[in-house]
Amino acid sequence: MAYLYLLPAFLVYAAFLLYPLVRAVQISFYDWDGLTLASWVGFQNYADVLADEGLRAAFGHALVLIGFFAVLPTVVGLVLASILNRARVRGLPFFRTVVFLPQVIAMVVVAVAWRRIFAPDGGLNSLLDAVGLGSLGRAWLGDYGTALPAIGFVGTWFETGLVTILLLAGMGRINPELYEAARLDGAGPVREFLAVTLPSVRGEISVALTLTVIAALRTFDLVYVTTRGGPGTTTSVPSYEVYNRAFQLGQVGSAAAIGVCLTVLIFAISFVITRIGDRGDS
Amino acid sequence: MTRSRLATLTAGALGVVVLAACTPGSNTASTPAPTVSSVNTDAAKLGNVTLTIWDQEVRGGQAAQMQKLNDEFQKAYPNIKIKRVSRSFDDLKTTLRLALSGNEPPDVVEANNGRSDMGEFVKAGQLLPLDKWAEAYGWNERYPASVRQYVSYSPDGKTFGEGNLYGLPQVGEVVGIYYDKKVLADAGVTAPTTWADFETSLATLKGKNQVPLMLGNLEKWPAIHVFGTIQGRTTPADQIRELAFGRQGPTWNTPENTKAAQTLVDWVDKGYLNPGFNGEDYDPAWQAFSKGTGAYLIAGTWLQADLQKAMGENVGFMLPPGDTADAKPVATGGTGLPFSITSKSKNPDAAAAYINFITNAKASAVLATTGNLPLADTAEQQSAGLQKDVFTSFAKAVDGDGLVPYLDYATPTMPDTLGAALQDLLAKKATPEQFLATVEKDRSAFVAKNG
Repeated sequence: MAYLYLLPAFLVYAAFLLYPLVRAVQISFYDWDGLTLASWVGFQNYADVLADEGLRAAFGHALVLIGFFAVLPTVVGLVLASILNRARVRGLPFFRTVVFLPQVIAMVVVAVAWRRIFAPDGGLNSLLDAVGLGSLGRAWLGDYGTALPAIGFVGTWFETGLVTILLLAGMGRINPELYEAARLDGAGPVREFLAVTLPSVRGEISVALTLTVIAALRTFDLVYVTTRGGPGTTTSVPSYEVYNRAFQLGQVGSAAAIGVCLTVLIFAISFVITRIGDRGDS
Repeated sequence: MTRSRLATLTAGALGVVVLAACTPGSNTASTPAPTVSSVNTDAAKLGNVTLTIWDQEVRGGQAAQMQKLNDEFQKAYPNIKIKRVSRSFDDLKTTLRLALSGNEPPDVVEANNGRSDMGEFVKAGQLLPLDKWAEAYGWNERYPASVRQYVSYSPDGKTFGEGNLYGLPQVGEVVGIYYDKKVLADAGVTAPTTWADFETSLATLKGKNQVPLMLGNLEKWPAIHVFGTIQGRTTPADQIRELAFGRQGPTWNTPENTKAAQTLVDWVDKGYLNPGFNGEDYDPAWQAFSKGTGAYLIAGTWLQADLQKAMGENVGFMLPPGDTADAKPVATGGTGLPFSITSKSKNPDAAAAYINFITNAKASAVLATTGNLPLADTAEQQSAGLQKDVFTSFAKAVDGDGLVPYLDYATPTMPDTLGAALQDLLAKKATPEQFLATVEKDRSAFVAKNG
């Protein structure tokens, strides 16, 4: 009987999520241009995903982005949150808002703004000039070495706020007596952080990592607006390839296959992260 | 556990239902290639009909001409009601596919010429061949063969550049060289009349600490126009056409194309391009040019209205010069997006009358006064300043049969492949030989499949 109550929600879920998902899996087994009759190719599209050097590179770029979108923000967020939490600074809500601000802005707007900052005559190069480091200036998004890190940096800037706020909330829930006990035992700030704070926010870390890793893997708007995968193919990512193949190149089957692979990858990584996070609690 | 098992089962069941339902595309596939037997050109006698028209004329002068011509058409044929749907180029491109495969597509659509759009639609039997109307309305006299090739496909969509007529464009485009008269004069350079003069002037300008040539190549495609311009000096026009139309025939691996790629690399080595061009946006680049940075800008006629507004009398436009001052012109160019009739349209005669109306001699005059470059009767239009340069250049290119297609027309994947390969070439990540090998690989893979 209980399932009956779930039915309305399930129908919506099925119509807007399960059906498209199953349909995408189905399309991924066809060679289809989106217009004429598709032809069955079995696992050929998946074989191509593995065989295509450019696509393998795209997945590689996505993994690099995880470092910038997830790992860095978590480290920075931990430091920032414990400082904000410990110092009990006045005007904490203000700092919280400032740190969280990037999250409020649409990614497309963020991307347009950073594209101007990274431009050859943009803000970053002017700043370098002003402090006498003009020789370091370059076309950040047009340089083969810096384009991917530049995009990654935008991700770090974007996600750090979210992670910090999450961790700050987690740290707020820690019983102050724990800190007192640690201090009585003679623990310094670092020891206190490792022994009390870090284990207590394990759950929040795993949530933060899950969210940011997913954000890293599905990055599309940022790449689309800033570099369109360039220079050359140094910043192409799987989600961009999905769009490109489905809407620009008319390779809908192949696009669906990449999408399915990406979904599986995201699912696997989040699964591992939640598993590790949960183990600490039980 | 039971809940998740139920979910799995349901999902599985759902999957089977879906898989049994249909192969992707099966609801649209059985359309045979359409034919047209007889046509009626008397639009006033077609009775009361409604025409749904999808266009992408949303900006400035484009929107103005479309509005004006639609109003005039309504006045001339009150029995035909126009329902206009206007979208930006990108939005049109992504929604047109779905709209055309639906049961009630628009009557008239603006579809991009290339293989990835018009070619695919022709292959799927979604567009009507316009040849019967072309005969009746005299479109073949209105537009010369060098223009019609851009809207011609074989009925199976496999051959681009010849066959049936599938659309009619309003405006023309040609890629040439804009020059800043003041920057040239300050460096003691006169506008070059031969290619050798042009290259010499690049060196002179560099010597005077000017940026000889502006390029903003963040979007990847702008360099295609620069490369195409150089290629027009080294490679015979026929070969470029075959390459760009993705035909069996010449390959990219020729000494002529190698020379073109090498020239481009030499320009980079000699510092003729603004630094950081691969990370510079297209728009800021031409805006910088309009404010006096850079002597030359290799770009299409679509920038004419903006540059004239910003620079007034200080800017000129020329076709890429040849070996001698009176050499036969060769320039990358083509048409704006053509207007096509969908095969499911219930009023193809009314649609054809509309297309005829927006491309006739009167329409050309409207196009010219709203700052567009009309395809027909270009040289006869009133114009001044930069617009005059552009009009005479385009007329010269068309009359001299000197238009060569955009290189990225060649295959559906070519815009991507060529754009990325050129960024590699310009950044010296690839040698001219490696660059040509990459592009040739894309072409030969497509040609092998397409036949």
